[in-house]
Amino acid sequence: MSSWPILSLVTFLPLVGVLFILFIRGESDVVARNARYVALWTSLITFVVSLSLWIGFERGTADFQFVEKTEWMPGLGISYHMGVDGISVLFVLLSTLLTPLCVIASWEAIKTRVKEYMIAFLVLETLMVGMFCALDFMVFYVFFEGVLIPMFLIIGIWGGERRVYAAFKFFLYTLTGSVLLLLALLAMYYEAGTTDIPTLLDYDFPQAMQPWLWLAFFASFAVKVPMWPVHTWLPDAHVEAPTAGSVILAGVLLKMGGYGFLRFSLPMLPDASAFFTPFVFTLSIIAIIYTSLVALAQEDMKKLIAYSSVAHMGFVTLGTFTATQQGIEGALFQMLSHGVVSAALFLIVGVVYDRLHTRLIERYGGLVERMPAYALTFMIFMLASVGLPGTSGFVGEFLVLVGVFQVSTWAALLAASGMILGAAYMLYLYRRVIFGTLVKADLKAILDVNRREVLVFAPLVALVFWMGLYPVSFLEIFSASVTNLIADHERSLAASGGGSLAALWPAR
Amino acid sequence: MIEVAIVLLPLAGAIIAGFFGRLIGNRGAQLVTCCLLGLSAILSIVIFVDVALSGNTRVTEIFTWIDSGDLELSWAVKLDTLSAVMLLVVTVISTLIHVYSIGYMAHDKSIPRFFAYLSLFTFFMLALVTADNFVQMFFGWEGVGLASYLLIGFWYDRPSANAAAIKAFLVNRVGDVGFALGILGTFVLFGVVGFDQVFGAVSGMADTNFVFIGIEGHALTIICILLFIGAMGKSAQLGLHTWLPDAMEGPTPVSALIHAATMVTAGVFMVVRLSPMFEYAPIALQMVTYVGAATALFAATVALTQTDIKRVIAYSTCSQLGYMFFAAGVSAYSAAIFHLMTHAFFKALLFLAAGSVIHAMSDEQDMRKMGGIWRLIPVTYGVMWVGSLALAGIPPFAGFFSKDMILEAAYGAASTHGMFAFWLGVAAAFMTAFYSWRLLLMTFHGQPRADAKVMAHVHESPKVMLIPLLVLAVGAVFAGYVGYEAFVGEGRVDFWRAAVLVLPGNDAIAAGHHVPTWVKVIPLVMAVAGIGLAYVMYMLRPGLPAALVARVRPLYLFLLNKWYFDELYDAIFVRPARSLGANLWRSGDGALIDGVGPDGIAAATRSLARRASRLQTGYLYHYAFAMLVGVAGLISWYLFSQVG
Repeated sequence: MSSWPILSLVTFLPLVGVLFILFIRGESDVVARNARYVALWTSLITFVVSLSLWIGFERGTADFQFVEKTEWMPGLGISYHMGVDGISVLFVLLSTLLTPLCVIASWEAIKTRVKEYMIAFLVLETLMVGMFCALDFMVFYVFFEGVLIPMFLIIGIWGGERRVYAAFKFFLYTLTGSVLLLLALLAMYYEAGTTDIPTLLDYDFPQAMQPWLWLAFFASFAVKVPMWPVHTWLPDAHVEAPTAGSVILAGVLLKMGGYGFLRFSLPMLPDASAFFTPFVFTLSIIAIIYTSLVALAQEDMKKLIAYSSVAHMGFVTLGTFTATQQGIEGALFQMLSHGVVSAALFLIVGVVYDRLHTRLIERYGGLVERMPAYALTFMIFMLASVGLPGTSGFVGEFLVLVGVFQVSTWAALLAASGMILGAAYMLYLYRRVIFGTLVKADLKAILDVNRREVLVFAPLVALVFWMGLYPVSFLEIFSASVTNLIADHERSLAASGGGSLAALWPAR
Repeated sequence: MIEVAIVLLPLAGAIIAGFFGRLIGNRGAQLVTCCLLGLSAILSIVIFVDVALSGNTRVTEIFTWIDSGDLELSWAVKLDTLSAVMLLVVTVISTLIHVYSIGYMAHDKSIPRFFAYLSLFTFFMLALVTADNFVQMFFGWEGVGLASYLLIGFWYDRPSANAAAIKAFLVNRVGDVGFALGILGTFVLFGVVGFDQVFGAVSGMADTNFVFIGIEGHALTIICILLFIGAMGKSAQLGLHTWLPDAMEGPTPVSALIHAATMVTAGVFMVVRLSPMFEYAPIALQMVTYVGAATALFAATVALTQTDIKRVIAYSTCSQLGYMFFAAGVSAYSAAIFHLMTHAFFKALLFLAAGSVIHAMSDEQDMRKMGGIWRLIPVTYGVMWVGSLALAGIPPFAGFFSKDMILEAAYGAASTHGMFAFWLGVAAAFMTAFYSWRLLLMTFHGQPRADAKVMAHVHESPKVMLIPLLVLAVGAVFAGYVGYEAFVGEGRVDFWRAAVLVLPGNDAIAAGHHVPTWVKVIPLVMAVAGIGLAYVMYMLRPGLPAALVARVRPLYLFLLNKWYFDELYDAIFVRPARSLGANLWRSGDGALIDGVGPDGIAAATRSLARRASRLQTGYLYHYAFAMLVGVAGLISWYLFSQVG
């Protein structure tokens, strides 16, 4: 198997599907139907192929695996370099899992420009997977920025009423960050003479340069995560995006920020990371508490879940910058868990939106009477979001807290109290939508989840429990890479005098 | 493997009843859950004999749960005397309540769901008591919270039930944050989270300090206080008790199982399980004592005035949990568990008997609308007497043995906090007897106050409900007498073995056996006095309560409104959180971040562009003029710079 370029295959297979779809001609109904099927099969095959990464991935080593390297711009030292390690491999799988689910979820919901819609999703898949596999900064940048385009189109074309405002807000926010990322990339290139990520990981950037590079990275990644206060694009984008768009946005795109911190900021700029840790902690804590409070006041289901995403991603940034084994593993786990759970929650909203075409919470109530299966599924994901032990949500949050407690007990206390607020807004949402008496006339005939929807939720439910009850099968994948990352981090800090930048802060 | 089966059988029942309820029907769901739980109870007896009586303590690991760096823990079943006792109590009571529910819930429209929830709860409770590490305990802990949430809100079409369910979950979460932080602290201090490893290392850490939120203090004390906050939430202790009375919105069997006999005792169980840590944290133990004693008294005062039959018993539960805590606080851990066990029997009995009354009275719960029914439902009346006698601590009923032991141990501890607990406990014992007989007399005696239609319907409950009541009544009579020797008597060392740790010099139970006679007698005197007073006020001089209320109206209102805790919390936490959320959203996100950020920049760009476009007038002379100005400017700049 190793002789096969599996990563390139997984990355570019969706584009083959795009080619097929481009060639579909005929009646619009036929075109739409065929486009759906081609997209479904392409994404399913891609997923099956990507499973070979799960099987073939060697546990217990921090090395990059499935590596491919070809010269791209030899004169500039830029090459097409792909490979995955414990930190990135599961994100590839998350992307390839969610894409077919998105295609199925859009089966009936999308009625206009189906062909273009499916193309957008397949292109998006290529870009997401490519981004997580890229081992050259230039290649990474191309994929990282490329993701913006299909997402912008998905929100702007198939979105809700204020889709244009949301699409532009999304685009402008992320683009501002990207410009700075490009600058940082260029600066690193001039300094180190290469864009090869493994080489850069070993390169020691001068102390004077690190804070500026770090800030440039931060501008880009913080917007993607998103961290408070650059999070306001997210609720708008989610509310306007079609269901599947929200799924990918919450499920994968937000993780690009967290991944960026773990791949670039922390290992390449150890001194600056140590220096800015209190800053990141502060923003993360604010994100957890502030957005939880804001979520409590929401009247739109999607907006509520969007705000909850910001809070949950606050745990990710918190865990990442603890630079402890449990903190970083927790952050990774929380990202995966959030990828599954928030994706599922947006699908949950999509189910009733498809039936009633409104996301306003007050328009629902008492759904459990007509939709018991739906109520149960919603309950499972709600509990996972609340972080109930036994579900995926608990493991990530708990590990993050274990990491944080070692670094700052204040941060641990405040983040833990976010758990109370998190339970408050989710239970309140659930009560208003599912419980109560069913009195509204248009709900009297609402139908429970159909077979297609069951098909979408089944794998996600299974994952929530698998990750919650036997997280070891995921933890063992990233443990070696995380150990290595921390060892490197500490070595660099020791080499530069124990983080002399960090010494600028008053003792804490 | 038996121990794994005990834990998993209820889960299997829950899954079958929950997912295939429609397939197997109401009868099928009842049968499956009751049989599986019954089997689990029988196996628990086997385990009890093997572990508690024969001493085969062991830990069975199932598989690894979390493995991250140094943090390693497994799903496991830990068996020692403590968990064997808990297994027995939980499975037996749960089985009886399952059976009772067949009758009580017969007319409900979602029977399989109810039984699935009950069994699910039992599974989580068993996972909690058999945990061999902090995190699995937390799993069971939050799991029983979930089951409690589901069962309180079982009648989801009632807004009050929904509100109570959310309140229960959230108040418990507040405690859980304490518990979670305690776990984190334990891990940071010891580097492990397994009970056996931690307990083995405690004595070496007895003098360690660490800093928590800027406070430097004795590490074990800080950790134990954090853990105790979790116990306070789960066991409804003063401050975090507000959810328990509201939880009575759930069906009565739920109140009996979860909010009296088992789940709410989890906090007591936790403190006892962690006795090796608490023993090295004397200040934390003092706190446990004070909180427990204060709760015992506080809840008893509130119970004096309540008129809802279930709420009276709920506050009584709160109060009895307080007794258990202060027993643990004076290091009389085995007395705490002894009372936990006897209380499980008689309190479940009282709740189920109350359920039988409510059943008979066409779902009426207000005692002011009852009365004069004791001849109509004699069995219920009889078991209610048994339960009340046990609760009041009248010999030879179960509560007498355990409650007296606790009070004697508190006195025997011979410390300030022990004496505080003793006197508050004695006062609470008086009130306990009073409100119990107030309940009995108001409910069963006097003139019937219900309307004729309800009275015509009053009937004894079916056999399926009466049999569990009678079994529990047997427990409420004999559990104390039978258990005394092993739990707190001479045989206690051989019985408990290493399950609880009491440091030399802290053995309050041994001291409790040698207290003066007046200490042993006073609780009984108080109980009899309480009964007598209730008899006078509610049988001989029925006008007296109203006259008394008129005399001390403010005090009465203060108690009736439960010391205004709900109003206080609403004003301090609930409403501010909501308005803060709405404000942060509209002014923080809306006006400030978006207004200055993206929208502001967009607006600025737009207005700039509009102004710039105004320059593009299209008149040639405007352009020519601008050009001239420009040229003039350039030339002058050139000249000046040359000169300069």
